[in-house]
Amino acid sequence: MLELNSITRSFGERRVLHDVSFSVARGRMTGFVGGNGAGKTTTMRVMMGVLTPDSGTVTLDGQPISKEARTRFGYMPEERGLYPKMKVAEQITYLGRLHGLSTERAKANTDGLLERLGLGERANDAVESLSLGNQQRAQIAAALVHEPSVLILDEPFSGLDPIAVEVVLNVLKDYASQGAPVLFSSHQLDIVERLCDDLVVIADGSIRASGSREGLRAEHSGNRFELQVDGDLGWLRDEPGVEVAEFDGGFAVFDADSAETAQRVLRLALAAGPVTNFTPQHPSLSQIFKEVIQ
Amino acid sequence: MTATTADRDIRPLGIASATWLIADREIRMRLRSKAFLISTAILVLGIVAAVVVGGVMGANPSLTRVAAVGQGVAVAEASGALDVTEVESRAEAEQLLRNEEVEAAVIPADAPTGVEVLALTEAPGDVLQLLSVTPEVVLLEESEGPDGFLVYLVAFAFGFVFLSSAMTFGMAIAQSVVEEKQTRIVEILLATVSPKALLAGKVIGNSILALGQIVLIAAAAGIGMLASGQDILLAEVGPSLVWFVVFFLFGFVLLAALFAAAAALVSRQEDMGVTTAPLVYLVMIPYFLVIFFNDNPLVLGIMSYVPFSAPVGMPMRVFMGMAEWWEPLLSLAILLGATALIIMLGARIYENGLLRMGSRVKLKEALKG
Repeated sequence: MLELNSITRSFGERRVLHDVSFSVARGRMTGFVGGNGAGKTTTMRVMMGVLTPDSGTVTLDGQPISKEARTRFGYMPEERGLYPKMKVAEQITYLGRLHGLSTERAKANTDGLLERLGLGERANDAVESLSLGNQQRAQIAAALVHEPSVLILDEPFSGLDPIAVEVVLNVLKDYASQGAPVLFSSHQLDIVERLCDDLVVIADGSIRASGSREGLRAEHSGNRFELQVDGDLGWLRDEPGVEVAEFDGGFAVFDADSAETAQRVLRLALAAGPVTNFTPQHPSLSQIFKEVIQ
Repeated sequence: MTATTADRDIRPLGIASATWLIADREIRMRLRSKAFLISTAILVLGIVAAVVVGGVMGANPSLTRVAAVGQGVAVAEASGALDVTEVESRAEAEQLLRNEEVEAAVIPADAPTGVEVLALTEAPGDVLQLLSVTPEVVLLEESEGPDGFLVYLVAFAFGFVFLSSAMTFGMAIAQSVVEEKQTRIVEILLATVSPKALLAGKVIGNSILALGQIVLIAAAAGIGMLASGQDILLAEVGPSLVWFVVFFLFGFVLLAALFAAAAALVSRQEDMGVTTAPLVYLVMIPYFLVIFFNDNPLVLGIMSYVPFSAPVGMPMRVFMGMAEWWEPLLSLAILLGATALIIMLGARIYENGLLRMGSRVKLKEALKG
């Protein structure tokens, strides 16, 4: 497990991270969301050891991370970084060797990754000649070439078409399933919602929420229910402890002040006629996000 | 492909292997650049051409050809600097003159000198001078070393080659540093190698190339001298050429560290000019000094000990015979010390500037860290 404990970091007078703590479990995809300037990139740079925190620690399985252990991290920086004039395969092999792979192994990994990411035909083209989406794939290959045991990816899905998102997602899931902690940031909340197992929300340099996706949704679900009956739901407005959010004849979305109130409403509805739908409503990630960053 | 079990086979690179891998990339990428290969070829050809043309014009003038009749032969040969063709008669000599096979003819005559000189259209000044009796000249201070034109030529060559190589490779390092910052690949690199290895790799890679270019130029100059029959010149210039290569190596490493440090202060190619400008002056000053003051022992003496200009100044003094045997060694020691100091300083600036993106980093901040 990769853990951050009370990380604080300032740039000059500006405090960018304030008491940031969260963990990234092995074998799970953890989504890291936050608005622009919330501190995502700074947090990731601290995890990579590219920036030193003013205080706090980053640990892997409870141990402080040695320089040697950090070379086993796979990192994709926010602003894409590859040598524009180098050939794709040559460059990824070079990065593999810099991370300590033998030339043969670096080459084999490069070929495998490029093939898998659909870049096999462009292997000998200069990076600058690739489309942005393909540069993005090359960047992902660069983060994975040295068989990292921890993955930290800043916006890995931005600029990818839906098919490419699936391809990249499958590659990342493979890594997670082999027991690597995978942390990826994104501000495309719908993608995160679909992809992540765990979620960390950051705003203004502090963590506003973290935990498993389902847990967070349950936690923030409140007591909102969706109700659909054959008759009319007009009586719902007069029920004590009920606040109607949406109403359309036989359809209503309402907040109940307790679980008992919700059950009472269901009994009343059943007494009045057939009920076709009664569901507790879990908020979407963007709703949770809006709620927690306020 | 397993992420965790295979880790045992993958070990982080030691600083030496990382440095070498980085240097190797720098060299490969530079050698792939057509602009670099073409400019090197032009530089080498230019030096060879200068050596050959300079040799033909200055070093070995051919002897003036004259015809001589009778006792004129003895007179003409006494000068020791004429190519004398002995002919039977005045008519024969006149014929050679008209054919322009000789420039003048020396024939016996009833004159106080015993000879008269025939020429085609105008009096042959050089021949007359050789035949005249000139008073003995006594120089109060004997000048040592080579003549003025040659000194100028050598000064220009050292100055120009230093300027051109230092600028080419200095800017190459600066560009390579900024490229890594601009594309942010530096973040990936620093996650696995230390800034020191990165800096060392760049400096070593480019120094190898620069030294290679200098050795190539020195060899081309040497071969050019041999090929154009200027063995004497080669013997004169040879030692200073060797010193030039040695001084250049360390002088370049010093400049390379400075160029890398200067480039680490900015995040975009467009801003590079501002921080590298002082270094460009630093490289240009020795060039202008050696061209304007190559006959001024004081200026050359100072130049030969200041680390930035020693690679030009000291070989000049060696060439002109102005340096004692120990002087290049002393100057080299000073240069080595300065280089070590500057590398430490440069590495500090480089490390501190490397991850600061955006606006230009102030030198004071970079030094403080």
